[in-house]
Amino acid sequence: MSNEAILHEADVHTSHSNGHHDEHVHHHKETFLTKYVFSQDHKMIAKQFLITGIIWAFLGGMMSVLFRLQLGYPETTFPWLEDILGHWAKGGKIQPEFYYALVTMHGTVLVFFVLTAGLSGTFANFLIPLQIGARDMASPMLNMLSYWFFWLASIIMLSSLFVQTGPASGGWTSYPPLSALGGASEGSKAGVDLWIISMALFVVSSLLGGLNYISTILNMRTKGMSMTRVPLTIWALFFTAVLGVLSFPVLLSGFILLLFDRHAGTSFYLSDIYLASGEALPNEGGSAILFQHLFWFLGHPEVYIILLPAMGMVSEILSTNSRKPIFGYMAMVGSLFAIAILAFLVWAHHMFVTGLNPFLGSVFVLLTLLIAVPSAIKVFNWLTTLWRGNIRFTPGMMFSIGFVSLFISGGLTGIWLGNSSLDIHLHDTYFVIAHFHIVMGVASFFGMFAGIYHWFPKMYGRYMNNTMAYVHFWITMIGAYLIFWPMHYEGLAGMPRRYLDYSSWESFKQFAELNRFISTVAMIVFAVQLLFVFNFFYSIFKGRKVTSQNPWGSNTLEWTTPIRPGHGNWPGEIPEVHRWAYDYGKDGREFIPQTEPVGANESAH
Amino acid sequence: MSLTTIFILSILLLGFLIMFQIAKASEYVAILKGEKKSQEQSYRINAFLLILFLVLGLIGVYWCNELLKGKILGDAASDHGEKIDKMMHLTLYITGTVFVMTQVLLFWFAFRYQHSEKRKVYYLPHNNTLELVWTVVPAIFLTVLVGFGLFYWFKITGDAPKDALVVEVTGKQFNWIYRYPGKDKEFGRKYYKNISDKDDNSLGLIWADVPDLNLKADKAAQDDIVTDKLMLVKNKPVKLIIGSRDVIHDVGLPHFRMKMDAVPGTPTTMWFTPLYTTKEMKEKTGNPDFVYEISCDQMCGKGHYSMKGQIEVVTQDEFDLWLLSQKPKYQTAVLDKAKSEKPAADSAKTAAAGTATPVIAMKK
Ligand code: HEM
Ligand SMILES: [Cu+2]
Ligand SMILES: [Cu+2]
Repeated sequence: MSNEAILHEADVHTSHSNGHHDEHVHHHKETFLTKYVFSQDHKMIAKQFLITGIIWAFLGGMMSVLFRLQLGYPETTFPWLEDILGHWAKGGKIQPEFYYALVTMHGTVLVFFVLTAGLSGTFANFLIPLQIGARDMASPMLNMLSYWFFWLASIIMLSSLFVQTGPASGGWTSYPPLSALGGASEGSKAGVDLWIISMALFVVSSLLGGLNYISTILNMRTKGMSMTRVPLTIWALFFTAVLGVLSFPVLLSGFILLLFDRHAGTSFYLSDIYLASGEALPNEGGSAILFQHLFWFLGHPEVYIILLPAMGMVSEILSTNSRKPIFGYMAMVGSLFAIAILAFLVWAHHMFVTGLNPFLGSVFVLLTLLIAVPSAIKVFNWLTTLWRGNIRFTPGMMFSIGFVSLFISGGLTGIWLGNSSLDIHLHDTYFVIAHFHIVMGVASFFGMFAGIYHWFPKMYGRYMNNTMAYVHFWITMIGAYLIFWPMHYEGLAGMPRRYLDYSSWESFKQFAELNRFISTVAMIVFAVQLLFVFNFFYSIFKGRKVTSQNPWGSNTLEWTTPIRPGHGNWPGEIPEVHRWAYDYGKDGREFIPQTEPVGANESAH
Repeated sequence: MSLTTIFILSILLLGFLIMFQIAKASEYVAILKGEKKSQEQSYRINAFLLILFLVLGLIGVYWCNELLKGKILGDAASDHGEKIDKMMHLTLYITGTVFVMTQVLLFWFAFRYQHSEKRKVYYLPHNNTLELVWTVVPAIFLTVLVGFGLFYWFKITGDAPKDALVVEVTGKQFNWIYRYPGKDKEFGRKYYKNISDKDDNSLGLIWADVPDLNLKADKAAQDDIVTDKLMLVKNKPVKLIIGSRDVIHDVGLPHFRMKMDAVPGTPTTMWFTPLYTTKEMKEKTGNPDFVYEISCDQMCGKGHYSMKGQIEVVTQDEFDLWLLSQKPKYQTAVLDKAKSEKPAADSAKTAAAGTATPVIAMKK
């Protein structure tokens, strides 16, 4: 069958099947349970990841509002906090244990549950089959399990908030001995056990997902879809999955050793410890630093696991809305590849001041700054993509431009931190907080928002409201810079992170006013995220309906499916692909879908 | 719930409702006006806002710097700190230039090439020369930065001068303990299982035989001085031997621009030369309350935020005087106490300790 015929049939399909679009390909009966809960349709699983991620983002964001309240107003009491939180906020003041629990949960939740599961889980699931031309994932069953392991991990993490001694509170990095010894911290009692169990399940989830993404991309591309023709989203999601599959097991091993140290009397991480209670522990000969190696061997790739999907989506959205090909496709793939390799070779830059051998440190400096090269290439390529384009400022595009701006700002401070002699001063200060929130936290959120606004019409057959979207963008963009930019100065003064009150410090108390300002902006930005959440859910049911199959005039395959594709994605045969995904503005044509054969007198590129 | 809370919540709610109404209305207006037209209008508005954001943002960056540059602790107070500051400035100039350049390009391109019916895009899938340029140029700048950085790094992490003052710093939840080697210039042996806060032996120094732990008394430990304040000498290099009694802490010295983890079971070291006495810093900063603080920079439990140490930098003469006034911990924790309790038993104990075989000091 020719492409035209397929496209044609797809059109017919959409026009006559409005309403009951699900039963076309698979003629089995779907119940509520199989369709919405134990669904094996990658699109539904993607939505499950997305909505769970949104819930977690709300909780994680709420935590940051609470601890920013403390940081902004360390001297004020808030009696209503005690009403809500009980002994965690005795007398209306957030207690230190609770503050640290909040910080730890905030970090864990946002890094792993929102920006890993919520981001990769959503867009890898949603986009991989649609963009490579597959009916579903290689193993829909494992895919479903991947979500449900994540769900279990979520429930356990959530339940840890309610144990008497509180959740884990040693930071999202959970360094032992602090995390190993209940005697050193309340949160290290039941809290850390639950944290480890939850994280272990999370690792399982992410491995099931990752293996699926890799095998789907490698094996299930439609006819003509060579690896050099897949959209950059796919390449990015591919490398993300590879990073996860290779590094999460190392993290898991680190956690298992931690579990042994906690309960089996081993001494992997413990040595020479005398607790304040007057107890000298029997453990000798362990190395506390070993855990940090294991942790950051995942930890650094993890930051790219968070970032790469955003990079991929931004590349796609920038190109589509500039109506111009992405500049340097092969360089983009190459730099993703370089980043993926180097991501495994830089972990010790988080450990320059642990007593690491200085020579070893210098090797990691070299490798770390090497990673700035592919990052620079990406930035310049994005800029050139905009150059002489014809730019449509859709909400997705706004967030993509915001992403590039943030990635530049945060990436440049990485060059400071990667240079070990500067890191001596800046390590574990607010400079690091500013760096990673901008480059990873906010930037990846921007990538995620861009993706949601851009693919929402494909997910739900409706648009999100543009006015709310623009308000959301502008306040978030301005707010993000207002919050995180001044933090660099706090870090330059050496102001340590993970403090809940600086008022007794002669060296840091000059920032009291600034901290109050930051907290105020943080709360406003949080409120605006609620506007986004509202817009999201409202638009699922009441948004403007999508009426054309390809609303953005996009080249990629997902826009050749019916407006609301059923299980199996294409009602007829899967379309064949004849070109790369970026023929925008070629030979005077606005866009040429991947499904269109190369014309006889078309210019080569 | 207090009145203000209700007030704030209702304002928020109202804000949402208004926002929502406007958003809905604009959707209807769009339909009336024609989707395309209203879309083009919103593109124009956003393009304008982007360029406005760039301009105000750059002004904001400058303004923020003016506001805050006075709060970042002034000049470094150690020789290593001066190197680090110099390196920081070099890095600032390079990354600052790149920052302004790329942000201007980003927002300018977005504004300049905003949607227009008439514009024809330039089909440019790649250009090898350009791509080579922006691979090589960053690489060169990064090589320069790595070169300078490592040059300083090896200086800073290299061996301390032979004549350095050596002090041991031990972190515990949630304060710092300092030890000077005493007259013999040698740290006596210690063992963590010998620690006893109630016997005032917070470091577990082995003053006497401990048969239970199979420890032999170490005479070198008996003149060790344990303090709760870190005294340093102006212009004299100091080497800190850093350890921890329980979890990981970190000796953070913002004024000296130095930092090193305190890891239980694995001693670490760091050295630097203080350049100004505390008194001089009080004058320099115009702050009569100025004090060199040690901030714990590694999450160590609920008291982490208050784990403060105090450093006083003095002249050599002042230091010598101070040192003379310090009694060895063994003296105050064991001898003096025993004397006041049971003079007879005390002399026996001293004799026993005196005859015990000295064990080689555990150090570094
Ligand atoms: C130009 C490239 C980059 C360089 C050279 C760089 C360098 C560094 C260094 C040296 C640190 C350790 C700082 C310290 O703890 O003292 C750090 C921290 C961090 N970086 Fe980057 N970085 C870069 C890009 C990124 C990117 C792209 C991400 C995320 C997607 C990221 C996320 C983080 C995070 C999360 C931390 C903090 C972890 C923690 O201690 O909690 N960085 N970066
Ligand atoms: Cu890293
Ligand atoms: Cu601490």
